[in-house]
Amino acid sequence: MTTPLAVENPVIRRQTQTGDIVARWVVTLFAATILLLTVLVVYQLWATSAPSRHKSGFGFLFSSQWNPVTEEFGALPFIYGTVVTSVLALLISVPLGLGAAVFLAELAPARLSSSLTFLVELLAAIPSVIYGLLALFTVVPLMRLYVEPFLKSALGFLPLFKGPAYGVGFLTAGIVLSFMTLPFIVSVSRESLLAVPREQREAALALGATRWETTWKVVIPYAKLGIFGSIFLSLARALGETMAVTMVIGNDPKISASLLASGYSIAAVIANEFTEATGTIYPAALVELGLVLFCLTIIINGAARLMIMATTGKGSKRA
Amino acid sequence: MSKRLIWRKGVNAVMLTLTGVFTVITVATLFLILGYLVYYGGRSLDWNFFTRLPLAAGEEGGGMANAILGSLEIVGMAGLVGLPVGFLAGVYLSEFEDKWFGSLVRYVADLLNGIPSIVVGLLAWSLLVVPMKQFSAVAGSIALSVMLIPVVARQTEQFLREVPNSLREGALALGASKWRMIATVAVPAGSKGILTGMILGMARIAGESAPLLFTAFNNQFWSGGIAQPTASLPVMIYFRALSGYEDWHRQAWAAGLVLIAVVLTANILARLVLARGVSVPRG
Repeated sequence: MTTPLAVENPVIRRQTQTGDIVARWVVTLFAATILLLTVLVVYQLWATSAPSRHKSGFGFLFSSQWNPVTEEFGALPFIYGTVVTSVLALLISVPLGLGAAVFLAELAPARLSSSLTFLVELLAAIPSVIYGLLALFTVVPLMRLYVEPFLKSALGFLPLFKGPAYGVGFLTAGIVLSFMTLPFIVSVSRESLLAVPREQREAALALGATRWETTWKVVIPYAKLGIFGSIFLSLARALGETMAVTMVIGNDPKISASLLASGYSIAAVIANEFTEATGTIYPAALVELGLVLFCLTIIINGAARLMIMATTGKGSKRA
Repeated sequence: MSKRLIWRKGVNAVMLTLTGVFTVITVATLFLILGYLVYYGGRSLDWNFFTRLPLAAGEEGGGMANAILGSLEIVGMAGLVGLPVGFLAGVYLSEFEDKWFGSLVRYVADLLNGIPSIVVGLLAWSLLVVPMKQFSAVAGSIALSVMLIPVVARQTEQFLREVPNSLREGALALGASKWRMIATVAVPAGSKGILTGMILGMARIAGESAPLLFTAFNNQFWSGGIAQPTASLPVMIYFRALSGYEDWHRQAWAAGLVLIAVVLTANILARLVLARGVSVPRG
């Protein structure tokens, strides 16, 4: 009875096994650095923000005072600005993006769809400071001269559109953010729509539904988890978006009902004030704001990934 | 036709047209952005931009040679750290996955990828700038590599998974050990996709400015080394655009054009030439 030499020969066998064990350890170690880095982010934010956390406690989250001179720090105006601009952005980009995704997934011929999707992906690759540059020199004047005066004359009776038209403010930041989140909504929603089985569409069409009814009542409900995932993913991006928002939000830590007013966002205040922050409490307060932003995005991202995993069935591999 | 049917057909036509209009709006944004950059940037771009240092406000004719070099330095060092780490982590996810640990790493990698870049900047600041008591190119590179690692890991994993299992089984059946199979069969077979992922990751961090603001910071002169504050193109664009000088605005547009040319060229090359027909997800 002869068995293959390689298996029988203990030296060769040990060599192969040792190599495999070493390789396994090496790559596992590198995979573990991803966990380590994430833990490090949490730990460093927590530790560095300690002076501010000890001073203000939970009051930090609910105070609207931001005065570096008297060392009073409250996160509320920044949380407000971050949430208002992001929600505004989604109000614009969700219908636009979902519409475009429907066109790309359901209507456009395959070749057209893939070239348009390619362009959308290029749009997502544009650096955020470039969006800021363009917004500052093109969108802001446009808002100040045309859009905001028009909104005031047409809808000025609402508290949402009161006050002088500066061009910068919540509305401008929201609009710029909406265009920045658009490509994410389009491409992730498109993939969720493409994952809907063909039979679903055929059944609806066979029952006499129009193309739109099929899409709206059958395809979109079927893909809704993935679409919600794309919305959450974009929300997390919008919340953490720094450069473009910093350049157009007006940088004024106030809570105003008017969308035309200047505001501030968490990321913007960190970008603007961090290098100038002196003393111990001031930088710590900014890091604590970073911690708040981190928690917001982690929760929303975590939920988004789970939703996308549930629809595409391939895990978050493609998200 | 009944009124009801006319109504339904009308809604159908209107809504389908709208989806087309929305697509046009989305895609038009790209061309608007490019158009503006080429128009304003093209007028401002000259040879000085690539060869000279920035001048004081009010003096005409300065350039951003130091920022171009600084960007190359910071992004290059980030790649040196981030690409191998991300690649090996990706190999683990695709080839060695343990049940729970693999899923955990995958999920956490996605979360790490979703952390706002400014927060990553805070991490690098607290780890490097505080102990060194100095802004430095290294701190900027570390921040960027933290952003690069999860992207490269997930893309490497994805493209390795697209390598057919029969190739792996063939190699193993010939008696190759597992690591040999990975090094000589699986990785070469997936190399085009992996390289694409790496280029896209590098293009993405090359445009980042938020994590550099308080790590590499900025510098009006040549950087004094990797432990010194170093200028980079994205950070320069930010400061120049917000300044009050006409000539500095022109510089910002020129820098914007150069940056977007690099980023989009890398994207187009990677997606069209290298990974023809491979679908590339974004990080």
